[in-house]
Formats: sequence, C-alpha cells, structure tokens
Amino acid sequence: MSGTMTEQTGQNASFGGMAARSSAELNQTARISIRNLDFYYGTNKALKAINIDYPEKQVTGMIGPSGCGKSTLLRVLNRMFSLYPGQRATGEVMMDGTNIIGADVDMNELRSKVGMVFQKPTPFPMTIYENIAFGIRLHEKLSRSQMDERIEWALTRAAIWGEVKDRLNSSAMGLSGGQQQRLCIARTIAVRPEVILFDEPTSALDPISTLKIEELIDELKRDFTIAIVTHNMQQAARCADQVAFFYLGELIEVAPAAQLFTAPKQQKTQEYITGRFG
Amino acid sequence: MGEEAQEHTVKSYAEELKRLSGMIIRMGGLAERAVADATHALVERDSDLAADVVQRDVEIDKLEREIESFTIRLLALRQPMGSDLRMIVASMRISHDLERIGDYARNAAKRAIVIAEQPQIGSLNGFQRMARLVQENLKNAIDALVTADVAKADEVWAADEPVDEIYNGIFREMLTHMMEDPRNITAATHLLFIAKNLERIGDHATNIAETVHFAVRGDTLTEERPKADASAYAVVRPHD
Repeated sequence: MSGTMTEQTGQNASFGGMAARSSAELNQTARISIRNLDFYYGTNKALKAINIDYPEKQVTGMIGPSGCGKSTLLRVLNRMFSLYPGQRATGEVMMDGTNIIGADVDMNELRSKVGMVFQKPTPFPMTIYENIAFGIRLHEKLSRSQMDERIEWALTRAAIWGEVKDRLNSSAMGLSGGQQQRLCIARTIAVRPEVILFDEPTSALDPISTLKIEELIDELKRDFTIAIVTHNMQQAARCADQVAFFYLGELIEVAPAAQLFTAPKQQKTQEYITGRFG
Repeated sequence: MGEEAQEHTVKSYAEELKRLSGMIIRMGGLAERAVADATHALVERDSDLAADVVQRDVEIDKLEREIESFTIRLLALRQPMGSDLRMIVASMRISHDLERIGDYARNAAKRAIVIAEQPQIGSLNGFQRMARLVQENLKNAIDALVTADVAKADEVWAADEPVDEIYNGIFREMLTHMMEDPRNITAATHLLFIAKNLERIGDHATNIAETVHFAVRGDTLTEERPKADASAYAVVRPHD
C-alpha cells in the first residue's frame, strides 16, 4: 500500500495540483455501465435515474448518508435484490453486453462474475480449506491438486496464506475478525470473479485489520474491478480511484477521489464531505 | 467559507476554523501596519518608529508559528475535506506570505534608520504611493479570504501592475541621483532596496490573492499574471 499511497500523495503534493488528478487518469473502459436505473422497494423509489460507469480495474467508492441508496445500488450489481419479493429495478446495468437486471440472466453465472464481501465476516462453520473449496465446487470441477493450487492462490491473493497455511483443516471460526474477513475475500476471489463488491468491509474491524483490507483492495484492483460502499470518507479517499456521492436515492456527483475530496463541484457534496450534514 | 449555507455538525470544529481565520486576520493586520509604519518612518525620518517596526516583526513571526502548528493540528485531528481542507492549507500558505511581508517591512524599516542620517535626496512621493497600493492590495486580499470573495481576490491578483510601474520609476530616478553625485550612492542604494522590498510585498499580496482564489473556488488561476517590472532591463539594454 505505502507505495501507491505515496505515489498519490506525491501527485497531489503541490498546492495547485490538489485538484488536478483529472478523470484522464481514470481508466476509461467501463466494466459496468449503468444508465437510467430506478429501483423500488415496493412502491418506495430508492434509486432515481442513476447513471454511472465503473471503470475496469479501478476502485469506485460509494459514499453518502444512511438511506441514500448506496447499498441498494451495490445489491443491484449482483441481483441480490431478486431474492426479495417486491423489489425491482428498471433501466440498464450493462456488463459484457448484457443487461444484468434483465429477466433472462443466469443468476449463478452472474454471481460467479460479481463477488461480494459483507460488513461482518461470514465464514461458514467449516475448515478454512472447505470455506474456499465450497464456492469453487459450485462452479467448477477441479482435481484435488488443482483445488489445492486454487486455494493456495486465493489465500495468497487475499494476503492470509502465511497465517493459515499450517492450519487449513482447522475451523475458520477460530480466526480473528480481520483474518475471517480476508478469508471471505479469498472465498470471493477463489471463483475468479471480474467484479468484487465490498459492503462496508471494515466497519467491524480494528484499525490495523482495516489497513490490511485496504492494502488488499489496492492489490486486488490489478485484476478486479471493485466497488466499495463505505461510511468512512477517509477510507474512500484512501482506497478509491473514483468516488460517487449519493443522497436521497440520487447520484449527486461522481469524480476522481482527489477532486471530489478537495474541490467537489456540487454544493451538497461539499456540505457532506466537510461534515455539515449527514 | 461564505458559500456554505449549513453549519458544521461539530461545533468545536466550526469554532476552530473561525479561530484560524481570526489568526490570519490578526497577522494580516500586523503585516499591513508594519508596511505602513516602515514607509511613514522613511518619509518622516522617524528612527524611533522604524526601530519599533523592526522590533514588532517578532510578533508576526510568532503568529506564523502559531498558525502553522494550529493548521497541522487541524489536519491531524479533523481530517478536513473539501472547502475546509482548502481553507486550512490556504491559511498555512498565507501565513508564510505574511511572514515574508513582515520581513520585507522590517528590512525597509532598518534601512529607513540609516537613511534618516543621510542627506535627503529627491522626493519620496513614489514610496508613499507604492506603499499605499500594496497595503490596499494586502488588505483586500485578506478581506477576500474572510468574505470568500473570489472577485475581490481576482482583482488584487490583477492589480499589481501599477506597483511595478512606480518601482520602475524609482529605479530610474535613483540611478540618476547616483550618476549626478556619488555622495548620493549610500542613500540611493538603500532607497532602491526599500523600493524593491515594497515591490516584493506587492508580489506576496498577489500570491495571497491566488491562494484565496483557490481556497474559495477550488481551481487555480492559470493565466500569466500581468507584470510590469522592467528594471531588470534598465541597465543591460540602455539603447532600446
């Protein structure tokens, strides 16, 4: 992490350059492209005409006060909402040329492409090994040695291999909170998704575990497109390449992180990031 | 900043920001007064007043250090964002500009003490006019910060040209005095340095205006600032 963070600080070190990290530095290829998305909980409209792109292999931070729709949007991206009656989305969420909120989408395939990590670590009450293998078996048939290899790969990418390699057959419940969260990240990337959604992944963790997860997110964006919902603005500032600010179901502003946190264009964004409401 | 309709959720934070802007206003006032008194001391040959200016610079330096440690504290403890962040960083920068202005005023005052012992050469009207202009710019720049007035900041930023023109006039006048009678050289040289000090103070006032523009608007003035200091060519290109 320190490498990238110093680099970014370096870029923004000059005073006039504070707001200069322009959108030109963002990857322009959109992995997910949302157009005119509305979302309803029954009759309650929770998202209003959302238009946003998630640039490929970049981190998009989503911030806003409680109830602003950021988590709702995250749940649209992997169709979690389809599990609940009365919830529906209209508009376009394009990924690989498919509208993923359309009726004929293969949910299993979608969820192998779009992984999700939750606020509280959710390890299964199984061994560490089985926690990872479980998800892989749903999607792929691997030989024992291929499986071992994939599990080592996933645990290594999630920066937890060193800590668990000697106790793969112990229960995952014995790990610390931060370790459990990294195990969940390993489980998510084990099925090799293209997009990873993080829903407040560190709000239940101590500061050092939080930094480890942030470091990991920075590392993971080399291979994955990442969306992260966070209540912690400093976290969004540290992790995200672009940041989207939501308020009352509307997307108020989306901009490169350095710009949004130093010189936002919208008054509402200004008031929120400076702690004047929310 | 004035553009904010809403108050801070955390009152003590709002109070700290207010305190910071109060410190800048106080420092701006001290710097302004130092410039005014140094010029007055020069024109009136008042060595006591000049010595007072020299001695008072300590206060300005002390305030700079206070502002610096206070802004560092705010950055560390409040993790400011957006307009607050810009305001805090701007305050730190402005305090450096004001400290330099204080130094130039002190230097001018020191020279005024020497000049008071020398025979009077020429009129010092140019110095008075120059000092009045830079003081006004300095005051307007600080006012612009306090009232978040970008138009005013931009005006100051563009208003340094007359200062440069007066400086050019003084430069030529002093050269003439020195050529006329070598006994003028001591006083004329000191006067030249004082003029240069005032001209530099004017430049720092425009720096402050630029910083204010950034603090309020979030973008930077990119075009080249209008400048008219041509003294660098006054001797090397005599045949122009």
